[in-house]
Amino acid sequence: MSNLLDLLVAGLATGAIYALVAVGFTLLWQTSQTINFAQGEFVMLPAFLMLAVMHAGAPFWLAIILGILLSLLLLGLGFKLLLVDPMLRHGVLPLAIATMALAIGMKEAVKQFFSAEASPFPSIVPAGDVSILGRVISLQSLGVLALAIAVVIGLTLLLNRTSIGHQMQATAQNPTVARIIGVPVERMILLTFLINAFLVALASLLITPIYLAKFSSGEVLGQAAFIAAIVGGFNQVRGAIAGGLLIGVVDNLAAAYVSTQYRAAVPMVLLIVIILFRPQGLLGRPEERTV
Amino acid sequence: MTINGKYWRIALGIAVIAALIIVPMNFNRYGLYILSQWAVMTIAAMGLNLTLGYAGQVSLAQGAFVGIGAYTAAIMTTQGLPLIAALGVAIVLCFAIGWILGYPALRVQHHYLAFVTLAFSTLAFLVFRNEDWLTKGIYGISGIPRPNVLGFATNRPLPFYYFCLGSLAIVSLAMWWLIRSPWGRAFVALRENPVRALSLGIDTRRYTLMAFAIGSALGGVAGTLYAPLTQYIDPVPFNLSLSLDLLMMVIVGGSGFFFGPFLGAMIAVLLPEWLRFTQGYYLMLYAVAVMLLLIYSPTGILGILDRYLAERRTKAASALRAVAKSRLETAP
Repeated sequence: MSNLLDLLVAGLATGAIYALVAVGFTLLWQTSQTINFAQGEFVMLPAFLMLAVMHAGAPFWLAIILGILLSLLLLGLGFKLLLVDPMLRHGVLPLAIATMALAIGMKEAVKQFFSAEASPFPSIVPAGDVSILGRVISLQSLGVLALAIAVVIGLTLLLNRTSIGHQMQATAQNPTVARIIGVPVERMILLTFLINAFLVALASLLITPIYLAKFSSGEVLGQAAFIAAIVGGFNQVRGAIAGGLLIGVVDNLAAAYVSTQYRAAVPMVLLIVIILFRPQGLLGRPEERTV
Repeated sequence: MTINGKYWRIALGIAVIAALIIVPMNFNRYGLYILSQWAVMTIAAMGLNLTLGYAGQVSLAQGAFVGIGAYTAAIMTTQGLPLIAALGVAIVLCFAIGWILGYPALRVQHHYLAFVTLAFSTLAFLVFRNEDWLTKGIYGISGIPRPNVLGFATNRPLPFYYFCLGSLAIVSLAMWWLIRSPWGRAFVALRENPVRALSLGIDTRRYTLMAFAIGSALGGVAGTLYAPLTQYIDPVPFNLSLSLDLLMMVIVGGSGFFFGPFLGAMIAVLLPEWLRFTQGYYLMLYAVAVMLLLIYSPTGILGILDRYLAERRTKAASALRAVAKSRLETAP
């Protein structure tokens, strides 16, 4: 029983990171029909950007700031201007394929210009344990969970309580009408790309200390986020959050109680079951937009 | 003009086939291996082209079907059974799995097939890796024999290449026939406009499932050739990235074009060899090239050709019209 609690906390911590990545994923889908197959690599890259800045001699805090800024520039603005904008008019599929090519390119670039080996990455949460109600819980899990929850709450507030958030939602739901009533649709779409870049940079910062910085680490993460987004509801931000947490917990429980060999299978089976019985996802609405 | 065009096309076809037969005769072992791999991957990509290009469904599991075919061939032929038996089993198995997999996905919304096949791809990889009693797990199956075809042993690279090329030719002919049959026309109809296809009395779901299942079965066919080609298989080549690679081959070549997979597989298999002088950078260059190509022409390489030919035809037609008009004007 006590073991279960540890697993739940660890699962929620990983799940919160998955949620950050999945939220970015659904935001891109909603505002610009971009299925980003490079989302996992988007999480892999910022850690290497930060490591590169640190190798140049900068302190960790500066590396974090510069890393996030570079991510906004490359993964937000650059991704939108150089790949999504020219491809968008061609439809969903060519763009999705182009992001697959982008994923290969990013992996290879990091492997070639940085290292093929896994590099350690400093944690922003100090190591150690705290004891809560007589249970010993690692500070890292707790810190990750707290930070991720703070970001998710901030994002939800931004989307639901501010004018910009409402304009973004309008853009996502019906760009034509949004444009008619005076929403700067283009700017809102750019903003979602920047938010996605910020979220993946943050996820990178949180998850890399746990799994090390490696060029191929995006594969598993991207898939987890993808599944989280579908399980939770492809067209809902809160669906992506719920999906992320669920996949994180299920993944951790499966590793402990099913088998380590088939741990990766459990989220997949969950995905298939969800598609069979609730195709719009746990919290999603039935699809309003045809693809 | 049209007769001339047809003549040229037939001549070009014969030249390409002759080149594929004659030129590799003095290739070394490695060159023949790469060419055989091209033939095998073309078959798998053709299957995916049927699913994606003609029926408009995204499958992310073609690599898994190649894996199922390869493991079927490896397990059965190392037990002493002939490859042709393995081929039959692989086709039936992949067709049935494809059908079962597509059934729930296509019940809801068509892009859910992509999600379900993504999950299936990972599940299949886990089975290949973990079921030691069947697949020998991470150690893989070695010593896969090459078949005797019509009394000829194909142990040496050149005969085996001809075996792959012959299989490719048979699959191509079957596919050529299929897409010109009423079935093929129904596939295109439901890609272009599912609602209209439905109103014309086409059972869209059944035909979509059919396209997906046949495409998957061709993945199995490619797998049964892959196993004797490499003579050793382990789970690693059949992970999700093979499915993504195959998808890129189809799109890069030109999805929905008959010759798209041939070109796409050629680029994916041969280009890395040509770019070998760039050392570690070739995959990066490949990725950049794919992105640039897709930005320029989302319908792939054959899309560029198609556009060029269409433009020329329009130009020729308007030139003819101009001539006719001037004649009309000068006529008394």
